Amino acid sequence: MITVRDLRVVFGVGASAIEAVRSISFSVAEGESYGLVGESGSGKSTVLRAVCGLNPDWTGTVEVDGVAQGRHRDRAFYKRCQMVFQDPYGSLHPRHTVDGILAEPVAIHRLGDADRRIDRVLREVGLGPQFRFRFPHQLSGGQRQRVAIARALILEPRVLLLDEPTSALDVSVQAEILNLLRRLRADHGLTYVLVSHNLAVVSYMCDRLAVMNRGRVVEEMGVDELKRGAAREDYTLQLLRASQGYDRQAAESFRDYA
Amino acid sequence: MTASPLLSVANLRIAFPTRHGLAEAVRGVSFEVGREKLGIVGESGSGKSLTGRAVLGLVPAPGVVTADRMAFEGDDLLTASERRMREIRGRRISMVMQDPKFSLNPVMTVGRQIAEAYRVHSKAGRTEARRRALEMLEAVRIRDPERVFGLYPHEVSGGMGQRIMIAMMLIPDPDLLIADEPTSALDVTVQMQVLAIMDELCSSRGMGLVFISHDLNLVASFCDRILIMYAGRVVETCRAADLHSATHPYTRGLLGSLPRLDDPRPELPVLDRDPAWLEESRG
Repeated sequence: MITVRDLRVVFGVGASAIEAVRSISFSVAEGESYGLVGESGSGKSTVLRAVCGLNPDWTGTVEVDGVAQGRHRDRAFYKRCQMVFQDPYGSLHPRHTVDGILAEPVAIHRLGDADRRIDRVLREVGLGPQFRFRFPHQLSGGQRQRVAIARALILEPRVLLLDEPTSALDVSVQAEILNLLRRLRADHGLTYVLVSHNLAVVSYMCDRLAVMNRGRVVEEMGVDELKRGAAREDYTLQLLRASQGYDRQAAESFRDYA
Repeated sequence: MTASPLLSVANLRIAFPTRHGLAEAVRGVSFEVGREKLGIVGESGSGKSLTGRAVLGLVPAPGVVTADRMAFEGDDLLTASERRMREIRGRRISMVMQDPKFSLNPVMTVGRQIAEAYRVHSKAGRTEARRRALEMLEAVRIRDPERVFGLYPHEVSGGMGQRIMIAMMLIPDPDLLIADEPTSALDVTVQMQVLAIMDELCSSRGMGLVFISHDLNLVASFCDRILIMYAGRVVETCRAADLHSATHPYTRGLLGSLPRLDDPRPELPVLDRDPAWLEESRG
């Protein structure tokens, strides 16, 4: 479904140029859920933004659904591939109602029948019709993230790109959103690429994952291997150890991996 | 816990006036802190941060703070004058906030900020303050303290910024440190390193620590004792080691809703909020 080969992203020019992504390749099969894990600055979000066309300055190959993508993405691309962002407070227009937010993609793609589509998608993400004419400030963080998911889903895409979809939420709300995302994937046969710093979330949501550090893939592994703690690279082992809670001895043995 | 606690709070209430009358954000919280690591855990809106701020008299206006008792060693924090509070803040109780980006002065080098924190409370000279600030930077494991001393906050990373904040808060040698989500903006490995520094400083100086966090597992592995807050009230208190045998349904629900690495569950249990948890029966 998604093939990325030798993807590079550089910010800035000359001496101040920073290679945010240094030659990354991975592929995601149709219906698969793929995780990108790493710490801040590892380039995981940049990869996702390059795949969905939000970041035009990249080199390499990005293929989605068999079609090689250029810098400009056409409407057909966005019909197939949608993104959900981290911050549900920042990603919804504060002066549009839920109805307006959901009607916009329908109008852009000239799908028609907006009324029925909005009604259906709201039910699907677990918000009743009573939420339809509310503004984002009248919703909780979890409800807003549901609206953001509904906005992506209303185009009936094949691929959802998820950038830290639950890291701004409380753990009890996180559980609701993760359950929703899992159910939607099973119901619609969606392909996911999930970016997260949380290994437990990735192991719960994904089939395979890539661990990234400083713009490179450190290792690619199946979720079963992750669950067994069977990582090959020291960096991944350190990440695993750090995510199991505080341990003074472990913390003192941590080092930086270049 | 020692026989006489450092800080003792009884029936703390914080209310904000709204159009529909007073809204109570903290409703009758009581706890004591000795020379130990106390964790306060809760979700957003549980009142955990306000509780920490109230101790230092930093609840933003128009918030109204009342309590039966709020005492720090000899001082009654409820009736202390603003002048007395200024002596207590920083010198005896200090606070580390979540995000170093918003807590450091952007137009002053970090070294000067740390030295200033020392001079305000000690009447030391410039050279002495500088020497102490460099020592403190070293104590929080900053590799090249001389270089970092002259940097501005935007030139340091998040993890380094948080270590600088901790250095600044610890340089007056307080008896109690209140840390409000001190590591949640950091990467996991850096988070563990910062915690190790706080852990060591607590044990070597015999300082008390109030660690406010939303991360149950982190608090359970780091602290000695835990208060679990829900909707402005303490629903459960337990030893950190016993968290996994906690009894309150809210605590159990929170623990259950966390995905685990070795999770075989097809669906995460969702917290079913019982209105009875809001009532004032437990403390």
